[in-house]
Amino acid sequence: MLSISNLSVTFTQYDQGLRRKQLAVITDLNLDVRAGEVVAVVGASGSGKSLLAHALLGILPQNADISGTMQFQGKPLTPRRCQSLRGKRIVLIPQSVGYLDPLMKVGRQVQRVAQLAGQTATVAKASVHNTFARYDLPPATRNLYPFQLSGGMARRVLVSTAVVTQADLVIADEPTPGLHPETVTETLNHLRELADAGRGVILITHDIEAALQIADRVAVFYAGTTVEIAATKDFSTGNLRHPYTQALWRSLPQNEFVPVPGNQPSLEHLPPGCLFSDRCAWVSELCRSERPALRPLRKGWVRCIHAEG
Amino acid sequence: MLKGNNLWFRYGKQLPWIVKDRSLVVAPGEIFGLMAPSGYGKTTLGKVLSGYLPATKGSVSVNGRSLPQKGYCPVQLVFQNPELSVNPRWRIHQILQEGYPPDSNQLEAFGIHPSWLNRYPHELSGGELQRVAIARILTPATQYLIADEMTAMLDANTQALIWQIVLAFVRKQQIGLVVISHDQPLLKRLCDRILHLDNSPKEQQWQSSVAFSNSNESASVY
Repeated sequence: MLSISNLSVTFTQYDQGLRRKQLAVITDLNLDVRAGEVVAVVGASGSGKSLLAHALLGILPQNADISGTMQFQGKPLTPRRCQSLRGKRIVLIPQSVGYLDPLMKVGRQVQRVAQLAGQTATVAKASVHNTFARYDLPPATRNLYPFQLSGGMARRVLVSTAVVTQADLVIADEPTPGLHPETVTETLNHLRELADAGRGVILITHDIEAALQIADRVAVFYAGTTVEIAATKDFSTGNLRHPYTQALWRSLPQNEFVPVPGNQPSLEHLPPGCLFSDRCAWVSELCRSERPALRPLRKGWVRCIHAEG
Repeated sequence: MLKGNNLWFRYGKQLPWIVKDRSLVVAPGEIFGLMAPSGYGKTTLGKVLSGYLPATKGSVSVNGRSLPQKGYCPVQLVFQNPELSVNPRWRIHQILQEGYPPDSNQLEAFGIHPSWLNRYPHELSGGELQRVAIARILTPATQYLIADEMTAMLDANTQALIWQIVLAFVRKQQIGLVVISHDQPLLKRLCDRILHLDNSPKEQQWQSSVAFSNSNESASVY
């Protein structure tokens, strides 16, 4: 359904006076999503997760240069096509109620989403009714303002904004942090249901555990690139390919809780070779001089020359 | 000892109580975990304990003395969202110096890049700004630290990295740490003792907490 290959995004910024500099925020990013599948995008903050969502929705700022290819349902995603598809075939489930209009009752807001996606007012009203009923939101919820919702209700309203449309691709940006485990599970199950109904779901998160609960595949981002695409079961069976993914897994509190020292490289000083080379235990001369390509390995993908079958 | 005695809090006379009759004792060097569903008043309790909000009834004391009205508070609080705890019009180097001159080794350990120092808070990502917020309060003047979902927005590796530094600091300076979190594996990994408040009926909660306060351990909430 969605296929992204070698996507790069560069921001042009003014440095001093009229001198400009280029900031590579996404470098050679690859991802594909099929209908009926949840693909989790996992990575640290600043790894390009949210920018990917912005690129898919065509809402990157004007100073962004995009190269590489993005294809949606077999046709290239041009800025114009992004604009006509967003909110209709590609939708975003935002992170918090902060993205809703604080002065409009939630029922009207969700109805508006449905109408903008092409439904008539009567049909839209009915679909809001059905969707709220499906997510156990009492009818009175429609008359509440965003600030009156509890954390769990807010999540369900936000999911509703995606469900009332007939979108094929749903992007959920960080839907879980700071929620109680029960609410997290509930939110994740809703996303799983969307995929089971034949939609494609991209779950953007930094929480590996949440991702592993529902995803079919996990794409791991680091410094704006895809370092590995693994099946969910690869995590628990020790089948991980990239040293960064292995480190992430080890650093969970229920595993070893041991971090890799250091930081993601700053975007102004990206290493010329592998983006993980300055923190990697396997690093060699070649890693420092050349960017590794994403290659298939053990039914997944890895961007590392040392990973072995 | 950090002591909260029969703390009550509400925002106004007509408004419902958010914190109801909670008492808590944390010893120096102790790591105490607090887990409860949303809306339980954990965050508000943290704010009252650190003097960020005044208790409506009850009192907070450190080593028998109430919290100072001005100057550096010995009880420091770290929020989940660092944007709310820094001045948006200050540059990072000013923010770091707000309470105490920062230790350059510590900044390096936190991965605070020198190029960040001249930026404004909105020019850093949430994870980067959280490191600044934590580095700012790991000073010799901090005796108790309340971490309210401190690493909930960070990736697993950064989370482990930050806790490694904070735990080393807690051990070295023997400060008391209260960890408020929804993440059970994290609490199990970090804490000497965990109090789990759940949505059970009021009496049951009361009973379980009585059992808690009867134990001879150094921290309790009832």
